[in-house]
Amino acid sequence: MTLSPSSAAPADVSLLPDDVETDLRASVRKVLEKRAPTDRVNALYDGTDDVTGPLWSAFVELGLPGLLVPESLGGAGASAREAAAVLEELGRAAAPSPFLTSSVIATTVLVALGDTTILPALASGEQTAALLVRPTARQHGPTALTAVGLPADVLLLPEGDALYAVRGATVTPVSSLDMTRPLAEVDLDGAERTLVSADAAAAVDAGLLTGAGLLASEQVGVARWALETTIAYLKERRQFGRVVGGFQALKHRLADLYAEVEQADAAARYAAATLALGDADAPVAVAVAGSFCAEAAVHAAEEAIQLHGGLGMTWEHPAHLHLKRAKADAILLGSPEAHRAALGVLVDLPAPTAG
Amino acid sequence: MDETELRERVDALLAEHPPASTQRMDFLHARFDAGLAWVHFPEGLGGLGLPRSLQTVAEKALYKAGAPDNDPRRIGIGLGMAAPTILAFGTDEQKQRYLKKLWCGEEVWCQLFSEPGAGSDLAGLATRAVLDGDTWIVNGQKVWTSSAHLADRAIMLARTDPDQPKHAGLSYFIVDMHDPGVEVRPLRQITGEAEFNEVFLTDVRILDSDRLGDVGEGWKVANATLSNERVAIGGGAFPREFGMVMNVAKAWRERPDLRTPETHERLLRGWIDTEVARITATRLRQKLAAGVPGPEGSAMKLSFARINQQLSALDVDLRGDEGLRYESWEMRRPTHVDFFGRDAGFRYLRAKGNSIEGGTSEVLRNVVAERILGLPTEHRVDKDVAWKDLPR
Repeated sequence: MTLSPSSAAPADVSLLPDDVETDLRASVRKVLEKRAPTDRVNALYDGTDDVTGPLWSAFVELGLPGLLVPESLGGAGASAREAAAVLEELGRAAAPSPFLTSSVIATTVLVALGDTTILPALASGEQTAALLVRPTARQHGPTALTAVGLPADVLLLPEGDALYAVRGATVTPVSSLDMTRPLAEVDLDGAERTLVSADAAAAVDAGLLTGAGLLASEQVGVARWALETTIAYLKERRQFGRVVGGFQALKHRLADLYAEVEQADAAARYAAATLALGDADAPVAVAVAGSFCAEAAVHAAEEAIQLHGGLGMTWEHPAHLHLKRAKADAILLGSPEAHRAALGVLVDLPAPTAG
Repeated sequence: MDETELRERVDALLAEHPPASTQRMDFLHARFDAGLAWVHFPEGLGGLGLPRSLQTVAEKALYKAGAPDNDPRRIGIGLGMAAPTILAFGTDEQKQRYLKKLWCGEEVWCQLFSEPGAGSDLAGLATRAVLDGDTWIVNGQKVWTSSAHLADRAIMLARTDPDQPKHAGLSYFIVDMHDPGVEVRPLRQITGEAEFNEVFLTDVRILDSDRLGDVGEGWKVANATLSNERVAIGGGAFPREFGMVMNVAKAWRERPDLRTPETHERLLRGWIDTEVARITATRLRQKLAAGVPGPEGSAMKLSFARINQQLSALDVDLRGDEGLRYESWEMRRPTHVDFFGRDAGFRYLRAKGNSIEGGTSEVLRNVVAERILGLPTEHRVDKDVAWKDLPR
């Protein structure tokens, strides 16, 4: 997929989930409730990971790693819409998973290149892959020394227009703001590299565009969790002899947040739907969702902390997991500012020229 | 009837009444009689009892054939508010008597709800209707009535029993705006013009047969009207880069000299907010068509008000020195709100009304918080007190 001309028209797509998406969402939620409960996700911050492995095994059982891989290579041949449903649930649970980095971004790059050697192992979930770009990148650019999605069995290394598959690199985890999305430093010295394609720039951009567009669904999941959890809490919490959710100052904040989350949901669905069709409007849709949903998720998580009062500041309450996920997600694959800058170019609203 | 049969019916209407050689009103009458006015209305009342989603099929086919329309912008209150209310609560006689002329635009309707003392607290209104034989005698004052100076009929809420608590003492009427007791005066706004009116009602006579719903049932009937208003405000389809962002984007493209980093940031945010509202409205329409209306419609109006106000403010700021100008303060009487034929200053001032008209943003936030999110309702000290005993 290449960047569209600025004249791209809105796509006429369904923004409602179909039965497949609804069923998939329900199965993923069930798995997450069982394999990624809050206490286990919380333990990631204290250095104990009892969640990533078991959760990935459950994803493998559901066939999720191969969702975007063609059936001929052992995948499900599904579309960005189904992947978006999975990501929304991952956001809701703030659960750690290589799904975005391996099953969405790396997979999209390899599918675009017509790869048949790496994809079968990704589809089955036996191996994971990660694209080595700077975490903030939205378009192919400098190689990262610090990256998300690691450790992974295969690193996809862009160099100029070429793409190499790297195995055996030295990966050193570093502590990250969002421990549910581990960050690592990579040393490529002595690693084995194989050329995947000499002309991979467009494929890498397609992978990053899909990643950024579907990350918006994860952000919607984070935001929905924050909104629903906060509303439920404010219906129970009593101060001054009243349920605090009855105070108008709080009702109004939640009404505004509800409107914002509903809109973020629609924007994320639109991005997923245009990506699923390879529609020419996808770059605009992704830039819009990338900016709007990132800010909605951060706002919702921040509101959750504030409106839970002291409880929201505790290590025990899961609100912090969602705040950290939201904040890191708002940097990953392009900040809201970067998405707006990209949009300005796409829709012919250029930045002022300096001087 | 399915879509194919509906198309056949449109073709038959066009064959029998070729638009090119048929008088406009004759065509509209024929379209109404063929059930193609609003296909979701019942047969015999301009419809065919079909799903609302099929209306666009008829509209598009008729538009393509060059058929005249009923100038919906001129009769928006009749179509959007009066008609659904008459359909839901009217007697057979009322439906037969009013709906056809309403739809064809032979009678323009307005809405007499708000009063100087009853804005957000609409149910506290004071206009009195007293029954004298088979006729109600009405006295009071209404305000913010668009189209009152053009209207033939009105839907009106009035107090019929002051001994009841405020919601229980209201009834809903159809008013003849040509009654000698109806006086319409323009209400000048901060823009300089008068889109709206004040309506003074002095011994206005209404036959009891022009009451909609039972005596004391006015609030229930009015709620049906108002939910239709919110659907109308929140549920329309619109293209990309539409509304307040359109003029700002145009100025941005045509005038590189106006561009600054700060206004660029505000423009892109406004563009995105507008686009996200467009997508959300599209999804809302898809939900309606699928028969699962989303509750987020009432939240949409909050967003539109904010977007309009932010972008119209940017519109003025962007223009620098030119933003100091104002086209004209002349008192005019527009037939509808026209944001786009006017300058940035007008848009800025007029958009201030967007968070007040049709439900203030503050009241809407209460509505969203209470009805959608299920949070506790506001304390209502006046709920169980006879209206006549309320302090005012």
